[in-house]
Amino acid sequence: MSFISLLWVLLLGSLLGLELIGKVPPTLHTPLMSGANAISGITMLAALTLLVKAGGNVPLLIIGSVSLGFALFNVVGGFFVTDRMLAMFSRKPSNKK
Amino acid sequence: MNFSMNLPVIIKFVIDLLAVLLLALGIKGLSKVKSARDANRLAAFAMLLSVIGLLSYYLGTSGIAIQSWTWIIIGSIIGSLLGAILAKKVPMTSMPETVALFNGCGGMSSLLVALGVAIFPISNSLENVDFFKSLINEVSISVSIFVGAITFTGSIVAMAKLQGWLSTPSWTQSKVRHFVNIVFAVASFLAFFDLINGNTTSIWLLVIASSLLGIGVTLPIGGADMPVVISLLNSYSGIAAAAAGFVVDSQLLIVAGAMVGAAGLILTQVMCKGMNRSLLSVLFGGSLSAQSTASGSSGEYTNITSCSVEECALTLEAASKVIIVPGYGLAVAQAQHTLREVTKKLEQSGIEVVYAIHPVAGRMPGHMNVLLAEADVPYDQLKEMDIVNPEFPSTDVVLVLGANDVVNPQAKNDSTSPLYGMPVLDVQEARTVFVIKRGMNAGYSGIKNDLFDLPNTSMVFGDAKQVLTEMIGELKDLGVGEK
Repeated sequence: MSFISLLWVLLLGSLLGLELIGKVPPTLHTPLMSGANAISGITMLAALTLLVKAGGNVPLLIIGSVSLGFALFNVVGGFFVTDRMLAMFSRKPSNKK
Repeated sequence: MNFSMNLPVIIKFVIDLLAVLLLALGIKGLSKVKSARDANRLAAFAMLLSVIGLLSYYLGTSGIAIQSWTWIIIGSIIGSLLGAILAKKVPMTSMPETVALFNGCGGMSSLLVALGVAIFPISNSLENVDFFKSLINEVSISVSIFVGAITFTGSIVAMAKLQGWLSTPSWTQSKVRHFVNIVFAVASFLAFFDLINGNTTSIWLLVIASSLLGIGVTLPIGGADMPVVISLLNSYSGIAAAAAGFVVDSQLLIVAGAMVGAAGLILTQVMCKGMNRSLLSVLFGGSLSAQSTASGSSGEYTNITSCSVEECALTLEAASKVIIVPGYGLAVAQAQHTLREVTKKLEQSGIEVVYAIHPVAGRMPGHMNVLLAEADVPYDQLKEMDIVNPEFPSTDVVLVLGANDVVNPQAKNDSTSPLYGMPVLDVQEARTVFVIKRGMNAGYSGIKNDLFDLPNTSMVFGDAKQVLTEMIGELKDLGVGEK
């Protein structure tokens, strides 16, 4: 992949991000932040790549493993906590007693 | 080139494309109440898909060594388990700090990847080491380390401050901090250029200087500005991920990182607007309290009326419309369920109850919505500021529960106030206002609240939960909600 096409990817990705959330009700600010935060843990792919390419280099394997741990902590925790928040909104107003 | 050689590449391409599409749909869906929960799961699925895509690609091409598998499994089990446990156990009230912690860890991950690649260049990047390619590599490693370190230390400081583990040191409110931060920034840039010039030892200077910069920038920021900072740091962690994408040559990482970075920036802007502050003043202006003492708007209270829970209950009983204004105090006291019991009683007696939600009530936008939803408050009773403000003049009683700055009329009347211009709830327009509060301490901004001095305002001193529990008893005695 050439550098220039990666720059294109960066540019288009940014524009997509700017467009995706135009109007958000304040109710969803916290869950949205938390969900987006979980997605930023996608850096786990970089950690995985590092681990696969590390070969027999043990220090690098350890760095990669710790990095993967941090990223997955972010991802798994982030999605779970977002789901917990959103589960509270899913109760319909008609459910009240 | 035969087809079987290309198959893993094609599969990975298709999976990556699908993952990007699902992630974009996920972020989009998260911004609507109806679709939010499914969207979150969709995004989680897309992440899983991306991992499967990556692993199957390497299995089909270079293969994955047993040693790699071992460390992959160790890292993923520990990270996922800790994340899941924390996410399940953490109370809803500490959501902002939890997001900050998760965010910091994402930044740390990007930092570590870049550090690993910098110290032990991976074999693959030696394929065509022309000058341009290696320069890009150095730059993306440096950016990844710089942004990753700021995200990590900044988020950890933000978390510690929200948890109350760290207070704002007084020197950070003086001009000295700008000087200190400039020193850190200059040191980071020097290390940055030194690194690009091929001096690999300066990588440690970059790590240290950018970590300190993250601390130095976040430490002076106080109170109500904290959510903005967390949102901004969230945006940074996306940028860090995108930079890591350049380091390991992954389009998927770049797209996802850029999307989160951009979306985080928009969200930050939305939050700033809600508080009538510009991003620059949040980052460089210091906390509001420091400014308020300078401008002299923190005068003494002259006309405080306090009343008992009983009086408050009597007034409530006679009301036909009540608006509840929740704030951080409610979250701290964990009084949302007790509040719900009180409002249920009022509703059963035919009193109309509405909750007025200020966009930045609590420590994070949407904080109150989450909290009240936990207590089973139907969300159609939650009204946003612009909708509820015209309703105050026709309201009999307003109950302010642990909110302060968001109901300060100074923001409208006093042009010298640091709050001036911030949109607030016009609670003073109602016939009677009760402020349930532990003491006369100022709100998070440290500014005197003119509302407390108004003749139609009465203070009910006490912990929100305790007061509301007593209130239930009083209402029962009055026969409210018995019908």
